[in-house]
Amino acid sequence: MRLCESESSHLPRNKAANFEETILPHLDAAYNLARWLTRDGTDAEDVVQEAYLRAFKFFDGFNGGNSRSWILKIVRNTCYSWLQKNRDHEPTTEFDEGQHSVEVRDQEAVLIGNIDTQMLKRLLDELPSEFREIVILRELEGMSYKEIAGIADLPLGTVMSRLARARAKLHTGLTTCLKRELH
Amino acid sequence: MFEKGIALNCQTIQDLLNGYADGELDLVNHLQIEEHLRDCSSCALVYENQKALKSAFADDSFYFQAPADLQNRIRQMLRESNPETSRATGKWRWRLIPALAALAVIVVLIVLLIRPGSTNDELVANEIVSDHIRSMMPNHLTDVLSSDNHTVKPWFNSKLDFAPPVVDLAANGFPLVGGRLDYAASRPVAALVFGRRQHVINLFVFPSTGNSDIANQISARQGYNLIHWSKAGMTFWAVSDLNLNELQEFVQGIQNNA
Repeated sequence: MRLCESESSHLPRNKAANFEETILPHLDAAYNLARWLTRDGTDAEDVVQEAYLRAFKFFDGFNGGNSRSWILKIVRNTCYSWLQKNRDHEPTTEFDEGQHSVEVRDQEAVLIGNIDTQMLKRLLDELPSEFREIVILRELEGMSYKEIAGIADLPLGTVMSRLARARAKLHTGLTTCLKRELH
Repeated sequence: MFEKGIALNCQTIQDLLNGYADGELDLVNHLQIEEHLRDCSSCALVYENQKALKSAFADDSFYFQAPADLQNRIRQMLRESNPETSRATGKWRWRLIPALAALAVIVVLIVLLIRPGSTNDELVANEIVSDHIRSMMPNHLTDVLSSDNHTVKPWFNSKLDFAPPVVDLAANGFPLVGGRLDYAASRPVAALVFGRRQHVINLFVFPSTGNSDIANQISARQGYNLIHWSKAGMTFWAVSDLNLNELQEFVQGIQNNA
């Protein structure tokens, strides 16, 4: 009985220490994703705090695999439930297949050369979140298609097609801006 | 996917360029595309644009660093949600458990000693209200319909193992309507029915389980007022939709005449 007591009083302490060691280092990645998905610094902080609290609760279920994917998945889900609760008019998917194939062919036309960072940021912000998140995970976190598929709960093919569409959309946006500048 | 020697379709190549740029293609496809890009300038242009886009994201301004104090706040939050983190409180906690357990036992004992059968009373009260509501349904109110207490009392005597005190309070404005056998507190009980204008009062009477008298206890359930008391080995429950003042007046009358 005494042994049980002393063990159970030690376990939670180890859990907290383990959690801080494995999950807390991904705080920047967590915040970056939340910041891009909510488009607001304060909201992102709230979401990340809530996500970390949830993550700590479910930490017993973490099997020791990819800890960054694990926390980013929780952050992503927390973001979406937060957005659903707090923002009624979050835009969803806007561009369809037809529009997309035109954009891909358009890419042949111009060499965009030096990219205006501010402009690209704005274009990325305007992408619907299901495309934006894949760009963030791929380009800013350098995650593999497979990891992204795991985080966003999508088939690999959908990750690939969304990434292609997102890039095409960004490219079109950049060339449109370039043309406007030339005239 | 591609057979060597066949000219590759540019659209197919461009569909694979994302995977190529991201290093996600298998070696065979990767080499095929590399070869194609050397010969095809339009595909090479698309690839250049892809590379430009990818390298643009390398700019630090795209990456939002977590605010400095966010990490501290999360650490603090984890500590609060996990009280065992603190050694001192952890130890105190374990020492407190036997004391808290003992305290809980004492509280339970006190409650049981001071209020014997209080939970049982709750159950009985629910039954009483149900009985009262059922008695309001057509043809359920009385088994013996009489305003004469000398008719009602002997009728009960033949049906029950106890003699409920039957009084008529017509003089007080609560005429006896009749009597009924009912069931509550796991036993057959006498239900005396009184009237007051359009209201009905059910007075349930049965032998007490304890010896002590209980002063009037007032409660309300589902819109009905209840007054419960015990006296001289009998337990009484008066229930009605009548207002509490008049019900108390009724109870006063019963207690004075019984």
